Amino acid sequence: MSAAKLVVGPFNRVEGDLEVHLDVSDGAVASARVNAPLYRGFERMLEGRDPRDALTITPRICGICSISQSAAAARALAAAIGLEPTSQGAQMAALIHAVENTCDHLTHFYLFFMPDFTRPAYAGHDWHAGVMQRFTAMQGSGARAAVEARAKLMHILGLMAGKWPHTLAIQPGGVTRRPTAAEKARILSTLRGFRRFLAAELFGADPEEFIALTTQGALLDWTRGDAGLFLRAAAQLDLARMGQGAGRYLSFGAYPLAGGFGFARGLWQAGRPGDVALDAITEDLSHAWMLGPRAHPAQGLTEPDEAMRETAYSWCKAPRLAGQAVECGALARQVIDGHPLARDLAAQGGGVLARVGARLLEIARTQLLMEALAQGIDPQEAFMIQGDIPAQGAGAGLVEAARGALGHWLRIEGGRIASYQIIAPTTWNFSPRDETGQPGPLEAALVGAEVRPGEQTPLTVQHIVRSFDPCMVCTVH
Amino acid sequence: MNLLWLQASGCGGCTMSLLCAENPNVFDTLADAGIDVLWHPALSLDSGADVRALLDRITAQEVALDLLCVEGAIARGPRGTGRYQMLTGTGRAMLDWVRDLAPLARHVVAVGSCAAFGGVTSAGDNPSDAVGLHYEGSHPGGLLPPEFRDRAGLPVINVAGCPTHPGWVLETLMLLASGTLGADDLDGYARPRFFADHLVHHGCPKNEFYEYKASARDLSEMGCMMEHLGCIGTQAVGDCNIRPWNGSGSCTSGGYPCINCTAPEFENPRHAFTQTPKLAGIPVGLPTDMPKAWFMALASLSKAATPERIARNAVSDRVDVPPSLRKPRP
Repeated sequence: MSAAKLVVGPFNRVEGDLEVHLDVSDGAVASARVNAPLYRGFERMLEGRDPRDALTITPRICGICSISQSAAAARALAAAIGLEPTSQGAQMAALIHAVENTCDHLTHFYLFFMPDFTRPAYAGHDWHAGVMQRFTAMQGSGARAAVEARAKLMHILGLMAGKWPHTLAIQPGGVTRRPTAAEKARILSTLRGFRRFLAAELFGADPEEFIALTTQGALLDWTRGDAGLFLRAAAQLDLARMGQGAGRYLSFGAYPLAGGFGFARGLWQAGRPGDVALDAITEDLSHAWMLGPRAHPAQGLTEPDEAMRETAYSWCKAPRLAGQAVECGALARQVIDGHPLARDLAAQGGGVLARVGARLLEIARTQLLMEALAQGIDPQEAFMIQGDIPAQGAGAGLVEAARGALGHWLRIEGGRIASYQIIAPTTWNFSPRDETGQPGPLEAALVGAEVRPGEQTPLTVQHIVRSFDPCMVCTVH
Repeated sequence: MNLLWLQASGCGGCTMSLLCAENPNVFDTLADAGIDVLWHPALSLDSGADVRALLDRITAQEVALDLLCVEGAIARGPRGTGRYQMLTGTGRAMLDWVRDLAPLARHVVAVGSCAAFGGVTSAGDNPSDAVGLHYEGSHPGGLLPPEFRDRAGLPVINVAGCPTHPGWVLETLMLLASGTLGADDLDGYARPRFFADHLVHHGCPKNEFYEYKASARDLSEMGCMMEHLGCIGTQAVGDCNIRPWNGSGSCTSGGYPCINCTAPEFENPRHAFTQTPKLAGIPVGLPTDMPKAWFMALASLSKAATPERIARNAVSDRVDVPPSLRKPRP
């Protein structure tokens, strides 16, 4: 029996940096500890400020989920004011947010996840030459096509959000800019351009055809486009079995609109849907370099342990829902929203294939959603209403970032921010152990991962980590 | 030229913005400029042991470091250790890595206001004791001492902005790669003058409202945002309204104020970002290169002369009154 300890880092293409400590035994990971190595203290920066400043400060937590942070801050403020954005304002905010989420999925697939399959270790496979041509880091023809398609899709953000990242366009009462009918036509035209990219490059087919898939088997039979390249590799490398999850999924519900969510809110466990008990969310600090008791985020504290005690190993708190670690992200959203393909992927174990496949599915579904949102723009209506920030109040802003459930919990006293707590998607997914010793979702998913002789930065570990599409700058914030 | 990019204490948004470069895309632009990316944390293949080996070869000066780009501020906390940000796998703080690598570089580029001055990472009470590479806020001397100069004699080049425009970063790198960016091409905060000689006000779509001080009262109204909504585009450097963002945008075209994100200490304006501070009803912080009395005189005159069209449109979310047409000549 052979045993070894590995420290993997710098761990790149994870929007920030990450350190993974592995205990390896007999060629497989026996246990993993995940360290988020960056603390900036955003929650502390916000204390004492004018509540509206959250709209400027919180997007800057993250350069890749910036609009998600905006949307959560705007919703938290709206809740504290007791304000609902206008119907058109909510719809435009959803469109802006959907553009960011789609771009994030695209960036993940082409720039963060797929380059790992270009490594020489895979040179013998029949898909390797195709993957090299499309996904070689900073050079592949697919990577180039994807950054160009992404930049063009973001013209919708230039038009409606001023710039990306770090817009102030999303406000509690809606959005700061009303589009004209001509601008609506431009938005639709940009979306048609992105549809052409999806059809020509990513899926090799209309997104509707990909959305019509209902089983893991049918997904693995998909051969067209860049998705087909990935799926061939996935079938040969058995990515379905790699990095399987616990089957507990959380979604706060994406794109709140007058008629309900674009993708549903809910909890999925033991193969069944349920409601999210928002009061049952707590953050455990037992293995984080943070001081204070386990608490609901409305009562939470962010007090870094400057001594960095030995018994902790990450700046990341450990969020739990009713004491359980839960996974969030595109797979969770699509499972909870009831898409048959996502439900089957989860039923088959929810591994690397499931997470990446669900992200592709969500790109296709979000294209249709964006088209519907853009069609629904009515330039005659009001896109924003005003509301005054109360002297005392509290509110939560719960949204879905590309990577999953994002929550902001705000308390206002004397017209200033008294408390601001944030739980980001990767805080859930990459949390450390809690006081019961329960590992976070990534830590659990890494157990059993193959480590080949001589590997210092095991490929399987890299696939599993990146299948979550981590956002490390959000994780601790 | 070899380029090494490090992400320090920041949000990664300047890299994300860089990916928005168009015509050509970011990868082609860098390749065309003869820039070889040794490693970029978001874009390169190498992870873990390969990166540690590369960093060792750079420190041993076996690999030339022509361009060192640092994105994000440098965390000095807790207690001066820099352990609020470790470069993982190396057991060393980012603070130590950047301090060691900067003297080896031909040029050092601070990408974004965090790397330049501390930026949002140093907001509020600066929980992580973050600092810029060559400045602490507006004061010279950050991680590196004020007298630091790169091997070509330049200070750290501050491509400020939150985020930076992809054009600012790429043009700076192209100029450095071609050896055509000198000390005279940098402003008083070492920002490249090709964007820092402009004000955000230049080309602002709200200029006509500004001319008459026809002001928006609330966000979503079309008028000028200087009087009530915190806009400091008349003082902020940047060609944001000359070269568009993401196809056609800018903060002010998006309907929200310029918050002066290219400047040191923009993160702590001492008032709400979207509310203009006033003394006796008069905005504090008028344009810097104009006598206050003249500004006030011109403002009251132009306010009094505001055409109905501009006055009404300023407080609406749409053009209620279109420009009037000349009568046809008889």
